[in-house]
Amino acid sequence: MQAFAAVLARELRLAARRRAEWALPLVFYAIVATLFALGASPNAPWLKVAGPSILWVGALLAALLSLERLFRGDYEDGTLEQLFVSPQPVSLLVAAKLLAQWMIIGLPLTLMAPLLGVGFGMGTGVIGVLILSLLLGMPALVLTAGFASALVVGLPRTGVLLPVLVLPLVCPVVIFGAGAVRAAETGVPADAPLYFLGAIAVLCVCGVPLAAAAALKNALD
Amino acid sequence: MTALLSFQNLAIARGDHVLLRELSGEVSPGEILHIRGANGVGKTSLLEVLSGLRNPEQGTVVRAVEPEACHWIGHRNALNPALSPFENLHFWCAVQAVSTDNVRGALREFDLQRVADHPCRQLSAGQKRRAALARLALVRRPLWFLDEPLSALDEDGVRHWLGLLQEQQKQGGAAIITSHQPLRIQLPGLRTMELG
Repeated sequence: MQAFAAVLARELRLAARRRAEWALPLVFYAIVATLFALGASPNAPWLKVAGPSILWVGALLAALLSLERLFRGDYEDGTLEQLFVSPQPVSLLVAAKLLAQWMIIGLPLTLMAPLLGVGFGMGTGVIGVLILSLLLGMPALVLTAGFASALVVGLPRTGVLLPVLVLPLVCPVVIFGAGAVRAAETGVPADAPLYFLGAIAVLCVCGVPLAAAAALKNALD
Repeated sequence: MTALLSFQNLAIARGDHVLLRELSGEVSPGEILHIRGANGVGKTSLLEVLSGLRNPEQGTVVRAVEPEACHWIGHRNALNPALSPFENLHFWCAVQAVSTDNVRGALREFDLQRVADHPCRQLSAGQKRRAALARLALVRRPLWFLDEPLSALDEDGVRHWLGLLQEQQKQGGAAIITSHQPLRIQLPGLRTMELG
């Protein structure tokens, strides 16, 4: 666990020094959500209907922005090679890195969503479901994007490859996440989509670190 | 004497291009194997295969110690540019599960105490190489894999590194070193394998 804590501490220290890496996705998220609200006429009924999807897709795109280079720096400076000759399981170290990314990117986006939700006319109960859905769904988004980032780490230019890889994979997360908020808004119980989100998150937490470690090993070959 | 590492009939390729074939050898305790060859001949690929970082196309590598019990210093220094040499080495000690008490001492040994807390992006290429090689002083490993260890090092840096290499030999360890130039050092147990 010492190595896990060391990777986590290193990532948080780097984030504290490179504030733009976590601040820019937040600004991007705020701008995207606000543009939708500004572009519609005040109190337009479709805005309330589309609000959950806009907030979920905005959070997804904002997270993708910063996760593209998740492993690139470590690959380029030789850190990845060192991790593979360390006595620790690489999947454990990758898990620490992904947990740090959730703390740096996923959690701030989750905390920002309620503020934006107010702009879409969401009530307190709906905002509660929005937070809960993002708390359950954001780990799955970060983990899936992390896995895709590991897959493309050895490629010189990824361009739109990462979003093309990630977006189809995270469709269920967005469907259930936005679905839970929409259900809350229409007064229908949101339990079922939230359970699905939880199940997807557990699946990702268990499987993605192993898959990402294998992808990184493949990139070094 | 039991070999720390032996390899038989290795074939190594990059893509469709076969770099090396039918390569055999061994490294015993106290030995330094210098793999020498021109650029692109396959020195780094061979070192990666011997260290377990990648698999050969053909042949076997038998190590008396696990890859995790070896030192690997690649041609990239594994130093994050935003972190200082102290922070980088402290991190590596934690990942390697060894004490972090001697990090300052190792940096002092390589004359890096003045820049120990500066971000690595502010260091010269030679200082970065010294910081990478300082890992060798932090924890004893029986087998070292060093890819072009002397690149960018000045005479002083080479002397520090040579001291560590002699200490490694004295303690019964071994090292496999690649370079495209002669090492220009005199050490008992130093063997050179020419590639290409």
